[in-house]
Amino acid sequence: MTECVECGAEVSLHDDLEAGEIIDCTTCGAELEVVDTEPPVLERAPELEEDWGE
Amino acid sequence: MAAGTEADLSADDAGETVTATVIGGSGFTGGELLRLLAGHPNVEISEVTSRSKAGKSVGSVHPPLRGADLRFTEPDDLESVDVLFAATPHGVSMGQIDEFFEVADTVVDLSADFRLESEAQYDEWYDGHDAPAYLEQAEYALPEINRENLEGAELIAGGGCNATATILGLYPLFEHDVLDGDEQVVVDVKVGSSEGGAGGGEASSHPERSGVVRPYAPTGHRHEAEIEQFLGTSVAFTCHAVDMVRGASATSHVFPSDPVSKGDLWNAYRGCYEDEPFVRMAAGGSGVYRYPEPKAVAGTNYAEVGFELDPSNERVVVFSAIDNMMKGSAGQAVHAANVALGFEETAGLECTGLHPVGAP
Repeated sequence: MTECVECGAEVSLHDDLEAGEIIDCTTCGAELEVVDTEPPVLERAPELEEDWGE
Repeated sequence: MAAGTEADLSADDAGETVTATVIGGSGFTGGELLRLLAGHPNVEISEVTSRSKAGKSVGSVHPPLRGADLRFTEPDDLESVDVLFAATPHGVSMGQIDEFFEVADTVVDLSADFRLESEAQYDEWYDGHDAPAYLEQAEYALPEINRENLEGAELIAGGGCNATATILGLYPLFEHDVLDGDEQVVVDVKVGSSEGGAGGGEASSHPERSGVVRPYAPTGHRHEAEIEQFLGTSVAFTCHAVDMVRGASATSHVFPSDPVSKGDLWNAYRGCYEDEPFVRMAAGGSGVYRYPEPKAVAGTNYAEVGFELDPSNERVVVFSAIDNMMKGSAGQAVHAANVALGFEETAGLECTGLHPVGAP
């Protein structure tokens, strides 16, 4: 388990986690990039922005 | 009279079963109540009344209940039951509340008749009150803000759909002191046509209602009274009728006096809702539905709440979405009854929704 960098909720991680993997937080839905595995470090994954107003 | 659908004609083996009457069962919320109660493991429907549909089967009015061995009866000679649900128009229950308590131990009213705390509020916002002595004992049906008082409650007052959406969205900000009640709060709610009930009217006819984004009650909406009562602050509140059948989507703009971070907001929302069985949080995460969406909760008792921070305007914009007939009415009533009667809170309310789905 580690903490979501977006909402602070606990995020469950699977055993064979790999750096670069993208997971999502089940509480807030944020996509998180695994930047390190020992110990696990998560960062908010970049995402394409949506803009339908142009 | 036998009751329930073919799937639920017998009592639940695992727990206590109570008998229930639905007054005014031919309307939209009455139909939703029946749909939920027919699948409830602890409820046996004893009687469903409707003056206009007496003698007809409930399935002839509510298609999801086709096949159920249950007919509408006149509301004049009520059977004794454990719990009575009243899905009648505003003003009816307050005139019959003594009669309801003569035949039932617990009364759940879905109208506005017992939502407010004082006769003076009914004088200000409605057309007065015929049974003000009951206001003190009535408990607001929204468990997320009133769970403790609902346990064992005998008179439960269902919340208004627009008020429910608004309160659930803003409640964490007051509960966690992001707002203290002195700030301006502006609320815009988009609502579906079922809020107008099954009766309809000129403005609700399909040619007129279809495709609209039509402001109604742009100021002075009656639900402001509930919002003010439970949040402790007045709100600037406007509704739009939009082209949905089900759904209420509230967008609230608030301007906290002190700086606030997304971490503060998540602490507030997680603190209030992380353990709630019927609140889902959606605040910009990922995927197609990043914020609360009526489609995502259609037919369910779930509310979705979320927010976004606008530092350049020192604004927080809060979103909440419910199905007005479920979390905003019948689902809320069943949830509250579950709490009051000591049942599993989620009993009869397990549906999590459909995806994909068309216009709700």
